[in-house]
Amino acid sequence: MTLWFVFALMTVAAIFAVLWPLSRGGRAQSEGSEAAVYKDQLSEIERDVANGLIGSSEAEAARVEISRRLLAARDSQHGPLMASNTGLRRSAAILALVGLPILAVAIYLPLGSPRLGDFPLAQRARAPDVAQPFDNLVAQVEAHLEKNPTDGRGWNVLAPVLSRLGRHDEAVRAYRNSITYSGDSPERRSNLGEALAAAAGGVVTAEAKVEFERAVALNADEVKARYYLGLAAEQDGRTGEAASIWRAMLAKAPPEAPWRPLVQAALARVGGAPAPALPNEAMAAAKDMNDTDRDEMIRGMVDRLATRLKQNGDDVEGWLRLVRAYMVMGDRDKAISALANARQAVANDAERLQRLNEGLKNLGLDG
Amino acid sequence: MIAESGHYALVLALALALIQSTVPILGARWRDPALMNVARATALAQLLFVAASFAALVALYIVSDFSVVNVYENSHSTKPLLYKITGVWGNHEGSMLLWVSILALFGGLVAAFGNNLPLSLRAYVLAVQGWVASAFYLFILITSNPFLRIASPPIEGRDLNPVLQDIGLAVHPPMLYLGYVGFSISFSFAVAALLEGRIDAAWARWVRPWTLVAWIFLTLGIAMGSYWAYYELGWGGWWFWDPVENASLMPWLAGTALLHSAVVMEKRNALKVWTILLSILTFSLSLLGTFLVRSGVLTSVHAFATDPTRGVFILLILCVFIGGSLSLYAWRASALKQGGLFAPISREGALVLNNLFLTAACATVFIGTLYPLALEVLTGDKISVGAPFFNLTFGPLFLPLMIAVPFGPLLAWKRGDLLGAAQRLTAAGIAALLAVAMLWAWTRGGNAFAPLAIGLAVFVIAGALTDLAERTGLFRVPFATATRRARGLPRATWGSAFAHAGVGVALIGIVCETTWNSEYIATMRSDDVAKIAGYELKLDGVTQRPGPNFREMQAQFTVSLDGRRLGEMTPSKRNFTARASSTTEAALLTRGASQLYISLGETTADGAIAVRIYHKPMVLLIWWGPMLMAFGGLLSVSDRRLRVGAPKPAKALRGLQAAE
Repeated sequence: MTLWFVFALMTVAAIFAVLWPLSRGGRAQSEGSEAAVYKDQLSEIERDVANGLIGSSEAEAARVEISRRLLAARDSQHGPLMASNTGLRRSAAILALVGLPILAVAIYLPLGSPRLGDFPLAQRARAPDVAQPFDNLVAQVEAHLEKNPTDGRGWNVLAPVLSRLGRHDEAVRAYRNSITYSGDSPERRSNLGEALAAAAGGVVTAEAKVEFERAVALNADEVKARYYLGLAAEQDGRTGEAASIWRAMLAKAPPEAPWRPLVQAALARVGGAPAPALPNEAMAAAKDMNDTDRDEMIRGMVDRLATRLKQNGDDVEGWLRLVRAYMVMGDRDKAISALANARQAVANDAERLQRLNEGLKNLGLDG
Repeated sequence: MIAESGHYALVLALALALIQSTVPILGARWRDPALMNVARATALAQLLFVAASFAALVALYIVSDFSVVNVYENSHSTKPLLYKITGVWGNHEGSMLLWVSILALFGGLVAAFGNNLPLSLRAYVLAVQGWVASAFYLFILITSNPFLRIASPPIEGRDLNPVLQDIGLAVHPPMLYLGYVGFSISFSFAVAALLEGRIDAAWARWVRPWTLVAWIFLTLGIAMGSYWAYYELGWGGWWFWDPVENASLMPWLAGTALLHSAVVMEKRNALKVWTILLSILTFSLSLLGTFLVRSGVLTSVHAFATDPTRGVFILLILCVFIGGSLSLYAWRASALKQGGLFAPISREGALVLNNLFLTAACATVFIGTLYPLALEVLTGDKISVGAPFFNLTFGPLFLPLMIAVPFGPLLAWKRGDLLGAAQRLTAAGIAALLAVAMLWAWTRGGNAFAPLAIGLAVFVIAGALTDLAERTGLFRVPFATATRRARGLPRATWGSAFAHAGVGVALIGIVCETTWNSEYIATMRSDDVAKIAGYELKLDGVTQRPGPNFREMQAQFTVSLDGRRLGEMTPSKRNFTARASSTTEAALLTRGASQLYISLGETTADGAIAVRIYHKPMVLLIWWGPMLMAFGGLLSVSDRRLRVGAPKPAKALRGLQAAE
């Protein structure tokens, strides 16, 4: 309500600014004129002569010239101002009284958000915690870490949250800080690797693979790292190696291990038809889907991969995965066109081209 | 409530501007004083509402109200207060709001202090201001609204671009805008004269203070921007012939020409039509500058094409105002009474020469700036026109202008005596030759061009002094008489002498910096010593420390000359986490007008750090020159003849109190 009251006051002030001069219409006005300027120019010449700045003959010539201008200005002077016309003033007043508020409201309403109050930060920071959205809590933790970047525990808490929120790049940084400030551990290494892979759209990049290998070096039984190393092998087209890694995991695994079904599914995948690999959350989601949904999901992933490669075609493994995926989906035409694109993208790089050709040979798509 | 009130105040300002742009014109047509006076009241009220709107946005930034999109995108709660405030105009929307605020400020000033103008002229001028203002209010409200809201506000903002988190942002854009927008007044006066169909010598005197004020601010704004680029970008360069810089240089060149041609018009009632054209062109170039900077067309023609709303809107404003005013000019200019003729060798002849060179220089900058854009639009080829082009075109145009500068003030109006002027400049010429000879001997070979250019600069400075000496009769009449005359000299004369000397001072700085600048680039470790231009700089160490919203790596250098310790320099690199970007903060050590400049590069894996050290002789003269020019302008504004017809002192005092 106060807001509308303020608006009304402001509108009244604006209208008043227009009405006020109209109300004083009849009064005599002081106005400047050209004659005043020329008279001053004449006196300026007198001053200059008095100071000896110009000679008397030049002064005389200038005087004549200015006087001529003065006369011309008097001749061409407008007639005296007319008394103000009441009719005109009334129409101007009506314009201000009616037009101004209508225009203002008509412009403001579609643009403004009159129902939204102010949200100064100080006031919001005092609000009780439960009422805050999750994002705000995250932001507070981030702000805390900004000031105390060596708080390893803080990074430990923040990193998985960022991962879950899909902010993979920041999660990578958080895991790195967590390793730096609260020590190395196989879990942290494999989480870091997972975040790296997630940031790369599910591809176990060389960088991610290094982290998993470190994790396995620290603890040979680190489950997540081993699973991902298998996935890396699969994505590189070394399905046999992937299968042996996963088989070894299952052999060692306690029967009640929760990750058993996942690895079994993965093993089945490489054992049977090699399908495009999925990161484990996606895999878990895919389990609960019917066939059409799953197909759609796979197609979505393949399309994303294709778009990414269109932007950056340096990734030979990516191209191989794409071609393989099209083959599995039974889309031979697309596979062949992807292959042509791949050749074009890496044509300038002999080493990559060679890797591509070898990979294609393994796929049975020679030339 | 602050946000919405600010928004509504802006809308009301638009409504008032629309009334201001119509009612007074009708009043002036029908000679109705009441309708004409509406212009004054609406201009003042408009200023009030825009100021309120601007204050509201500043307040939102100070309290970090992230429910406002603009604040969320450009602020951060941990930013120091100063940068929270300057961040208001560190982005597109806010800077446009500053633009219209300054436009309203100038309109308000004309309304408040334009008592010496004929009523109808004032009404026309304010109405034209109203047109410009309405166009830009609409632009802001429709395409760049700073008051749009987010229903569920985020807890933290995205922070301001770190390069802009500097004191430079507090000073440079407001100054520059005061200059850009100030020329809108001379534009409005020109269009008003065309609408009224009447123009004479008095017009030039009325428009002069406004042009001067705009010119002073533009001069300072450009100089400030150049100094800011110099110390913030970390390369030690002070002018890059960048399109954004050229965009501010073009109105400056045209505005300088305008100042000079308006003098001819005021004194001799000549060059009237040309002066009107220059007024229109100067503001058109200001608008063009706004378009170039604000439409995103510079980043890439294609970026402009993908989000065209803003760019197209400004382009539309540009076409309507430039095209409209030029058509009006073509239509009405022939109806204006032509002024008198004059001899080529005379003060007015020299001023015409000045105008020719300045407009030609402006045209080369215009071509150099717009040609790459036009080429990219037409053929898609990207080229960049850089320093070589401008040095080849701009330089040769400025050299003869500089030679002519000292002659102008020494020539008499109407019939000048070139030989006489040359004789009176003998002393200045001798001083210049001496300077050339001394420099030649001192530097022994090297760049032959530099001593000549410095000689020219000395000639300009000595010429300005000669002018003063001639007018006061110094050395010819007793000293007491000379001082009396000096006091009686119009301030405008002092002003032009200072401004011309400023040009010479800046030229010395430019030549020295470009010719004798030395640099030292190396990777340094603790206790390494760099030697440059006789100075020894020892790297004492590198420390990390946190700032309010950044982390900083600071290097400490001890500077000594001939074994004597001069001081410490601490360049640093700042890392801003909110935007994940970093800035280099150069360290400067001033010795007289020369400076030592250190800027840090990357650290190598083994803890060494890349360092760039420059010794820049006389570099500060580059900016002292423009300050001297602006001071000259200030003296000129305070000249008593510009106060003609102003109300009597007592009345003015009352007026001021009422305005508070």
